[in-house]
Amino acid sequence: MRTRGTAPVVVGLALIWAAFYAANDRFLSAANLTNLVLQIAAVGTIAAGLALVLLLGEIDLSAGVVSGLCAGVMAILHVKQGWGPLPALLAGLASGAAIGTFHGLWITRLRVPSFVVTLAGLLAWQGALLHVLGGTGTVNLPESPITALAGTFFGPAVTWPMAGIAVLVHGAALWADRRARSKAGLPLPPWRAPAARLLVTASAVVAATGVFSQDRGLPLAVLIFVGLVASVDLVLRRTRFGRHVLAVGGNAEAARRAGIRVDRIRLAVFAAGSTFAAAGGVLAASRLLAVNQSSGSGDVLLDAIAAAVIGGTSLFGGRGSAWSALLGALVIGSISNGMDLLALPSSVKLMVTGAVLLVAASIDALGLGKPPFAALRRVRRAA
Amino acid sequence: MTPLLELRGVSRRFGPVEALTGVDFEISPREVVALVGDNGAGKSTLVKIVSGILPIDGGEVRFDGRAVTLDGPRAAAALGIATVYQDLALCENLDVVGNLFLGRERTRGPALDEIAMEREAVELLRRLSVQLPSVRAPVAGLSGGQRQSVAVARSMMGSPRLVLLDEPTAALGVAQTRQVLDLIARLREQGLGVLMISHNLRDVFSVADRISVLRLGRRVATFETASAQEVDVVAAITGAVRE
Repeated sequence: MRTRGTAPVVVGLALIWAAFYAANDRFLSAANLTNLVLQIAAVGTIAAGLALVLLLGEIDLSAGVVSGLCAGVMAILHVKQGWGPLPALLAGLASGAAIGTFHGLWITRLRVPSFVVTLAGLLAWQGALLHVLGGTGTVNLPESPITALAGTFFGPAVTWPMAGIAVLVHGAALWADRRARSKAGLPLPPWRAPAARLLVTASAVVAATGVFSQDRGLPLAVLIFVGLVASVDLVLRRTRFGRHVLAVGGNAEAARRAGIRVDRIRLAVFAAGSTFAAAGGVLAASRLLAVNQSSGSGDVLLDAIAAAVIGGTSLFGGRGSAWSALLGALVIGSISNGMDLLALPSSVKLMVTGAVLLVAASIDALGLGKPPFAALRRVRRAA
Repeated sequence: MTPLLELRGVSRRFGPVEALTGVDFEISPREVVALVGDNGAGKSTLVKIVSGILPIDGGEVRFDGRAVTLDGPRAAAALGIATVYQDLALCENLDVVGNLFLGRERTRGPALDEIAMEREAVELLRRLSVQLPSVRAPVAGLSGGQRQSVAVARSMMGSPRLVLLDEPTAALGVAQTRQVLDLIARLREQGLGVLMISHNLRDVFSVADRISVLRLGRRVATFETASAQEVDVVAAITGAVRE
């Protein structure tokens, strides 16, 4: 249930890309775009978990350091304790789930605000990461299925059929939905809306596949990231659990009176959010080929929150979608990547990212982003 | 005919304050009873007792002629008593269908069965003649009267027999008030008992069959709307003696 369309973000992204392309035409090269999506996969995955937490109207300030800590747990178990790559990876994700459950219990049982609990987590889990890494401060990952996450690329022979199937499935789902409505005698929305959606999705998928094919191929990490976002989207829009998450974010008291176990929903969302943070940490470690003391610190948390908000998820709960993580991460990643290409200093980078976040949040506050042209109507009415 | 709901000598204290004292009250199926009274007269206390939120200190509650214990909202709901609170308790970010089915979603396998829910929603709203721009519009975009209608329609989801409405027309414009009063009349046509609290005597006179007046925790008067005069009701509310 998206109340703010994705249109403004897409338009904003197009403007950003056009500007960087004008400044340096290497920005839209296949090699750079592949780098770009590899750069955002980790933060975007963390942002997907944060989007869930934000939908409840809560916050998780520990997502960044939890991503680092869980990657650290995985790296130590794999490299120092000799665990196999898969068990180590699962243990990393499980630590995320455990941390999130701990936060959730503290928030729901003791009624301490999530801001405080996760702020404490931000400090404590950073300490835990330093402790886990021990004296060396860095654990390098040898080549393994873990590093293969970011190091595997699928060639055109695999990606084109995958792209075709994705578009077909999307189209078939839209068509089946329409057919079911028509069979049930329900009014059919104008066919243009689903057709436009299919067209946009299909062109995005085809363009992305084309770009990846010209370079190294589709990175596995990106496939995982997009798959996770799509799964969260399905859960939010199509399941009872997702409906209850939106209800609690929209009006927790109303949800409680409707018989929804609000605390259980909160607990599950915090657990899921930290598990996504752990997954993001694993992807980041896989790309860096190491976990070190600064893993998950620095800009990671703020970039992830900014991504979700820029993508259209409200900080006040109840409004937003999983895709906000992908779109917002693309915006943040594009700015960072483009400015690196132009060799601009971090000072400029930070200021521009801040400005974009402010503009995106204002679009939300002014209601400019409500499905097409609400702003235009508003301006006309005022005139 | 046995009344649907009957209170006999019901009392309720809050510490030293006696909010209700020996109140008798009854409502039949297919009847709209308005509960009026000044602030602090005990209207909200009575509604909270009937909706199961407050236990009684003395007296007896009978439903369908049987003595019952209303020890919680679930007990009230199980008897078929639905309450629409003044704050409506809607999720503004969800659409009308989502709100109507909140907490009782229909599913097919792991997925929500949106088609079945939308059909039932449309059918329910049609039965109540509630007009909405779209059942797929978020509630945030609806007017106050439409929201009130959605909240009342949601109370009908469990097929209740008695609906409690707390100030259903407060803060509504003229046309919207009309919508809601028409909706109350239709609940009566469906055979339900409707108990409404209201401050607005004009609304009360236009829809209620009987008017019960509470004053300082006691029921001081009951009027048949058809034969009542507004001045008499006002006099009962304020405790003034009419010359």
